Amino acid sequence: MKLKLDKNLVFIDLDFEKKEDILNFLSNKLLEHDYVKPEYPKAIIEREKIYPTGLPSLGVNIAIPHADNELVHKTSIAIGMLKNSAKFCSMENIEKELDVKIVMMLAIKEAHGQIEMLQKVVSIIQNDTLTREITKMTDKNKVLTMLEPYLN
Amino acid sequence: MKRVLVACGNGIATSTVVASKIRDYAEKEGVDIKTEQCKLMEVPGKGDNYDLVVTTGQFGGQVNTPVVAGLSLLTGIGKEETLKEIISYLK
Repeated sequence: MKLKLDKNLVFIDLDFEKKEDILNFLSNKLLEHDYVKPEYPKAIIEREKIYPTGLPSLGVNIAIPHADNELVHKTSIAIGMLKNSAKFCSMENIEKELDVKIVMMLAIKEAHGQIEMLQKVVSIIQNDTLTREITKMTDKNKVLTMLEPYLN
Repeated sequence: MKRVLVACGNGIATSTVVASKIRDYAEKEGVDIKTEQCKLMEVPGKGDNYDLVVTTGQFGGQVNTPVVAGLSLLTGIGKEETLKEIISYLK
């Protein structure tokens, strides 16, 4: 499955310090562009509390917030690069905080069959050179150009 | 054939990736396995029917089956060690 990155859903230099603000910003962008249902933003916040999505990395720590697939109209991904890092709890240990610089919010419609898209996201997460590079970039189009080969 | 239960928050997203990585590795090692996915909260009820449980999230529940933390299969940090540990339960 090819996943076309929607440039309306990629953001650089986001100036948020609280994870709730980042989560609300990205989820509302998904809502604004009609990828998700109105309940999605709240569900993202609630789910992050119970099942946090921060992932430690050799490069830049990444969070992959997501919510119930029933709240998604159309599969997509919203990506936010933070100007400064924000604290997210680790997926593995709810009491451990990680300084996250990239948030990849997953909107997954189909309960199954999204494996390719998820594997692509994981290939980005595991590529520490790439994640370090994209957090340094100041031109959104360059970020899109760098990420697209990994997602298509 | 040994059966692996892979669990994450909703049983859909990260467990899908982890299950696929376990299957790929098992195939490479010539070990015949089957994976199924569930929500973390379902593990205490279902886990005992499997040979191994692998989780991506924090699991504090009780289950008699061995449990392996599988987050490294997402992050890549310590991936090989985790895959070896997983396969050691499935041979």
